[in-house]
Amino acid sequence: MIETRRIFLVRSAGFLALAGGALSGAPSLATPQAMAALIAEIAAGREIKKGKVTLDLPPLIDNGNAVPMTVTVDSPMSERDYVKTIHVVNEKNPQPHVIVCHLGPRAGRAAFSTRIKLADAQTVTAIVEMSDGTLWMDSANVIVTLAACLEDIL
Amino acid sequence: MARALINVPQQAKPGEVIEIKALISHPMETGFRVGHNGQLIPRDIVQTFTCTYDGEDIFKADYSPAIAANPFISFFTRATKSGDIVLTWRGDNGFEASETVHIQVA
Amino acid sequence: MKIGGALVLLLSVTAGLAAEIAPADRKSGFEFMGRDTQAMQTDDTSNPGMLNVLDGGALWERPEGADKKACASCHGDASQSMKGVAARYPTFDITAGKVVDLEQRINLCRRDHQKAPELAYESRDLLALSAFVARQSRGQPIATANDARNATALTQGRKLFNERMGQLNLSCAICHDDNWGQKLGGTSIPQGHPNGYPLYRLEWQAMGSLQRRLRNCMIGMRAEPFSYGSPEFIALELFLMERAQGMAMESPAVRP
Repeated sequence: MIETRRIFLVRSAGFLALAGGALSGAPSLATPQAMAALIAEIAAGREIKKGKVTLDLPPLIDNGNAVPMTVTVDSPMSERDYVKTIHVVNEKNPQPHVIVCHLGPRAGRAAFSTRIKLADAQTVTAIVEMSDGTLWMDSANVIVTLAACLEDIL
Repeated sequence: MARALINVPQQAKPGEVIEIKALISHPMETGFRVGHNGQLIPRDIVQTFTCTYDGEDIFKADYSPAIAANPFISFFTRATKSGDIVLTWRGDNGFEASETVHIQVA
Repeated sequence: MKIGGALVLLLSVTAGLAAEIAPADRKSGFEFMGRDTQAMQTDDTSNPGMLNVLDGGALWERPEGADKKACASCHGDASQSMKGVAARYPTFDITAGKVVDLEQRINLCRRDHQKAPELAYESRDLLALSAFVARQSRGQPIATANDARNATALTQGRKLFNERMGQLNLSCAICHDDNWGQKLGGTSIPQGHPNGYPLYRLEWQAMGSLQRRLRNCMIGMRAEPFSYGSPEFIALELFLMERAQGMAMESPAVRP
């Protein structure tokens, strides 16, 4: 299970997320709770240890619409010891999923890059499932700022 | 008509780990945005990305609305033998796009 | 506090010509972006604007209009014939009898030489063609023509740049000449150079022209934006290019 302190911080942020959502009128799901539930679903009762995986996100983001993200896992990627799945989840977007990548020994290197959308300053978490069934994770805190001079008057 | 930009080395040595980069044009409409008339703009995203090498799956990804528009992905694979690398995207509203590149392994 | 400080600065600036940026102090918008966004621009295999350039490359070869002529029919290999072209637009055009920008010049070719319908600003095809043409000038210094026939538009452009407008009563100069480098909300204010257009703006999640960006600026100032293709926009585009004289073109750029 993830350390209880992180879950506590995530739950208290949930109230703000709900309040913000109600004011904006857009549909808002209780994402910190949804993220916790999603992580629990991925874990399926197993322990998630910190380590082996590095989640790379710029700490200060130019625009939340396209945030470059790289996930790297320390693994030999051999027939017997490889990365099976990489999950990335978020806590403040309207829904908690970001991406799920399926790898195997043919990958050669356990790393991938993509660009993601982040709605607000938040913590993004990567959880990796190894061929031996163990789970490892890393988190990154990011600050997202709004662009100036938009097309629509907010 | 979705345009894709694929980057795969044309040649590689056997066992060499190569990087594959792919960029495809797609709006990746999240389904959470509200339009000018106050109505929700319906979701329209790429749902899955698959890459096969000589017919075998080497990398797959399940996307979500949190993937940025005009999705970019880069990943690795071990060059085994010469063959076709096929990249396929499938998504909402029957979206399907496929690109094939050949790699020479010697 | 940064936001409060910026507001006080804005309110205290009195009417009058703002101080222009010295040539040695000019910086591209590229320098105000984070390292990862910069990498997105410099890597052609991951720059989203390159998708539009690819589209444009295909359109360049496609026979169009009543005469079934492609751009390539007259202009051949764009990497040769179009090199430096985007770097010197807007400029006076004899056929049109006035100063035109790159998009209008493309449309003049379509109308007169291809007998094909003109393309609307921000349409997929016009963005693709202008991105493709502008790409051929990448690395070239901006070189607006020293043409007497551009003078009136240039003067008008300079005047519009320095003129306060909108409910916020701001001019382009107040932010981009006087307060570049400072923060507006959480974002750094760039100098407002046009050296990357058409570009992929992360905010739009799409490619757009300089005029689209200028409309965003005017809406930001709560001013009625000029219409696409209006003489005011052409004048502003010309002035902005003149102001960025000598800076390297980056099209297709990526900007937040």
